[in-house]
Amino acid sequence: MGSTSSTLLKIPNVEVLMQETGFSPAHIIRLHDRFKALDKEGRGHLCPQDFGAIKELAMNPIGDRIIGAFFSPGKETVDFHTFVKILAHFRPVDKDRPKEPNSPEPINSRSNKLKFAFQLYDQDKDGKISRDELLKVLRSMLGMQVTEEQLESIADRTIQEADLDRDEAISFEEFRKSLEKVNIDHKMSIRFLR
Amino acid sequence: MFFDQQKSVMAFLQHFALLLALIIVFSTSCKAVTLEVGSVEVGYNDSSKSSATEDTSTSINGSTDGHAPSVISTLPIVTWKWHHIETPYLVALWILTCWLCKLVCELNHNVTSVIPESGLLIILGFILGGIIWGADKAQTFKLIPTNFFYYLLPQIILDASYCMPNKLFFSNLGAILIHAIIGTCWNAATVGTALWACYEGGAMGTLNIGPLQFLLFGALISAVDPVAVIAVFEEVHVNEVLYILVFGESLLNDGVTVVLYNVFDAFVALGGPRIDAAEIFKGIFSFVVVAFGGSFLGIGFAILLSLLTRCTKHIQIIEAGFVFVVGYLAYLTAEMLSLSAILSITFCGICCQKYVNANMDEKSVTTVRHAMKLLANGSETMIFLFLGVTAIDTEIWVWNTGFILLTLLFVFIYRIIGTFLFTWMLNKFRLVPIEVIDQVVMSYGGLRGAVAYGLAALLDEDKIPEKNLMISTTLIVVYFTVILQGITMKPLVQWLKVKRAAHSDLKLIEKLNNRAFDHILAAVEDICGRIGDNWWTRGWNRFEENYISWLLMKPKARKNRDYLFSIFHKLNLEDAINYVSEGERQGSLAFSRSDEAANVDFKKQFGSEFADVMPNIMVDMSNYELGIEHFSVTSIVKDTIPSVSLDIHGQDRKNAMDDINAHHLLQQHLYRSRKHHRHKYSRSHFSINQNEDEVQEIFQRTMRSRLESFKSTKMGVNPAKKITKHHKKELTHKMPNGHPDGTGHLYGDEVDIAVGSETGAINSTFMRDTYTVGAGIENPVFLPDMDSPTHSPPWLMETEAVAPSQRAQRRLPWTPNRLRRLAPMRISTCSTDSFLMADVSLTLEEHEEHSQTDHVEMRPVFD
Repeated sequence: MGSTSSTLLKIPNVEVLMQETGFSPAHIIRLHDRFKALDKEGRGHLCPQDFGAIKELAMNPIGDRIIGAFFSPGKETVDFHTFVKILAHFRPVDKDRPKEPNSPEPINSRSNKLKFAFQLYDQDKDGKISRDELLKVLRSMLGMQVTEEQLESIADRTIQEADLDRDEAISFEEFRKSLEKVNIDHKMSIRFLR
Repeated sequence: MFFDQQKSVMAFLQHFALLLALIIVFSTSCKAVTLEVGSVEVGYNDSSKSSATEDTSTSINGSTDGHAPSVISTLPIVTWKWHHIETPYLVALWILTCWLCKLVCELNHNVTSVIPESGLLIILGFILGGIIWGADKAQTFKLIPTNFFYYLLPQIILDASYCMPNKLFFSNLGAILIHAIIGTCWNAATVGTALWACYEGGAMGTLNIGPLQFLLFGALISAVDPVAVIAVFEEVHVNEVLYILVFGESLLNDGVTVVLYNVFDAFVALGGPRIDAAEIFKGIFSFVVVAFGGSFLGIGFAILLSLLTRCTKHIQIIEAGFVFVVGYLAYLTAEMLSLSAILSITFCGICCQKYVNANMDEKSVTTVRHAMKLLANGSETMIFLFLGVTAIDTEIWVWNTGFILLTLLFVFIYRIIGTFLFTWMLNKFRLVPIEVIDQVVMSYGGLRGAVAYGLAALLDEDKIPEKNLMISTTLIVVYFTVILQGITMKPLVQWLKVKRAAHSDLKLIEKLNNRAFDHILAAVEDICGRIGDNWWTRGWNRFEENYISWLLMKPKARKNRDYLFSIFHKLNLEDAINYVSEGERQGSLAFSRSDEAANVDFKKQFGSEFADVMPNIMVDMSNYELGIEHFSVTSIVKDTIPSVSLDIHGQDRKNAMDDINAHHLLQQHLYRSRKHHRHKYSRSHFSINQNEDEVQEIFQRTMRSRLESFKSTKMGVNPAKKITKHHKKELTHKMPNGHPDGTGHLYGDEVDIAVGSETGAINSTFMRDTYTVGAGIENPVFLPDMDSPTHSPPWLMETEAVAPSQRAQRRLPWTPNRLRRLAPMRISTCSTDSFLMADVSLTLEEHEEHSQTDHVEMRPVFD
């Protein structure tokens, strides 16, 4: 386990990172290895091209959106801390851990998971999923199997289901409400990040 | 009110009990008569009865033709031929009795909400058994293992597996397999050894049972019965993960138990001293081969079945039957190869459902579903009833307090220990751990049922001297678990506050996001560079889509099956149905057009009632102004009916006559098929040449109404003018339907006959009405001539209306059988009339392009 601690030591502020994300040292190390593997040129940060090199991801219909979620607006790179923090959204919720009353909301909380999903739709970051934005996602996910008109009516119906204030768009609050019955903890968690 | 109901129920029960007693006395007395007549009772042969679902003690052997005296003195007019029909008759009678019992069980919901139906049926079985016992002084009817395993069980297993929620099943497959395989072995081993230890300790007195027999008993008693479990859990509505765990476990567990039973049975036959390490190894190997061989055989049959249904397009009537036959063959083949038959049919059902459902016609799918439920539910009823009937028999009851009580105790305790142990292990790997409460319910849900009894009854008395003790113990365990645990299950679930199945409405946004979540998780796994569950899921999906679907699905079914779209389609259909039924309930369902094509306007003026039906829509719509919000059903409607607007409020503003309005319009325009087509019998098709007729008739009516309106405007110019038509008097000539006969009605001379002959009944009603322009049904299939929110016919506007020819103005050629000749194929030969030509081409245009070129809206005016 000597190598474990030595790898950990190489990462700056690793304590803070673990505190914020709730990842164990083993997770951090594994993610760090992955980070270094993706960062082929060893610059210490990743750019969109590095993500694009992942073959499976390129085939994902909403892959570019997910890549985009790693980069905060205006930034072309992502460092290890941000990388881990984004991935921490997908850590399963642990019920055993005692809740500290004044600790900030963990990254993997239900609403943060939802926020992550929401921003994948909301590409112009105006806090609302407009019809066009929804249509784009639908188009990429349903692809050739349905006609454009069908896509449009699906989008209309979807918005109409969620749209409570009738502004023809889905705000985050509406998004959260419409998915109230979905087990987000289950659907937005990956087992090996536990 | 309540007392009335109860009284009638009580009265019915009394009558029913009387009826049951009569049936049973009748059947036994029938037998008595035949016995007297001279048949020889050859006693029991319980293994060779084949055609019966339940057994009769009399053998038909030697008596099938013995009842008729060979020498007759006079010609008999009727003879008593009981022996000819004895077996099938008793079978049918018993099926009827069982189902009547189910009817009685379901009569009072206050009872079934407390005692589960399976328990009630067993109790009714006690009563029936008592009646038979009283009549015969012996138990003549009982559940025979052969009948149970070959005729009653397969359809239940097939139904359970065919209706298995696949995604849920496979995503929890690990847990299910662990519980079903290891859990069952654990139960068998621990119960067997613990009982043997107690026996050695002297808790049961002296019994002639060795350790191997105890293990064999442990194996058969650990069969958690899917029949009993489903029957109880269906009424409890627990959350889906818990449900699938219990259900899947009990289903697979049956197969495993039978395999285990066979292995131990072989060990018992081999005898204790000859078992060495090699034999034990062979036993384990055989267990694996039998279990997995059966599963793979089932998958093979599933592939066969899917391939078969790919090419059953031309025999749609019987294609549903293939599912049953092939499924049953999977069961029997596995049995023949001494593989696990239950596992075989289970995997056959699970694997084929997707492809079979996609390949077969929608009606066949419905047929399969209903027929399967019928068979499964029917035989389930019979199984439980006979479990009760079987009990009333002095022969099988051997009482050994120690053995029976200890079995009950160990079965209960080791089930709990096993469940918690394996769940604890599983939870280390599960994303969503199984909660303690769910574990309690899982362990409490270990109901034993007919499988255990069937296996116990299969025991060989030569090898196991205490067979009857084992049977009676098994029966007691079954009664205890099904009745007592069944009754207490519901309160337990409520008391523990087990997460129930959230009954939620289908929502497009949820489904959409589920899809998105899948993609997100897969992407994140890629980014993390780990091969996780989602990687496997996606890999499998891709493989399935590219290769398996290609092989097993019709090309037509492969297209157009996007899940999200089908959800959307389903929702829209639901809305449409709700809309129509609500409209009918309100008594007003006026259809009208609006400017925007293909819009359904769901704004209701009767908001409050409708909110019950479609709350989510109403919430959104309630504050809207008239006609602002439309949501489109273009995609559905487009193909068939290009422009329908279900718009209520538009009409209701105008007058109160809409109900009648709509009524008449419907009557006028909807197709009413002629009676004699309905009565044609065909074994291979449901309806013959109805479709052609329908199209023809619609076309004719369309033409006629066009011409009527045209004529009216020609004559009166004012569209609101009365159009009183010739009716009744012209019902002189009946046409042979659908056959444009050669007798030839002259061209324009038979206006009257035309009106009367084709649509006699309808005409006499609607012709009396008058029409105004402006509202009504506008469905281009029925009415070609429509447009105009402007409320004026096209020829009044200066558009390119067709100018009728001189001849057309003189004699309006609207005889339907003439018009029929206007159908596209015949225009050239029959019609020289320019008006008709133009008219037809217009109509055709509309049919083809779904355009809305010229419209006349018609409605009656009552003055």
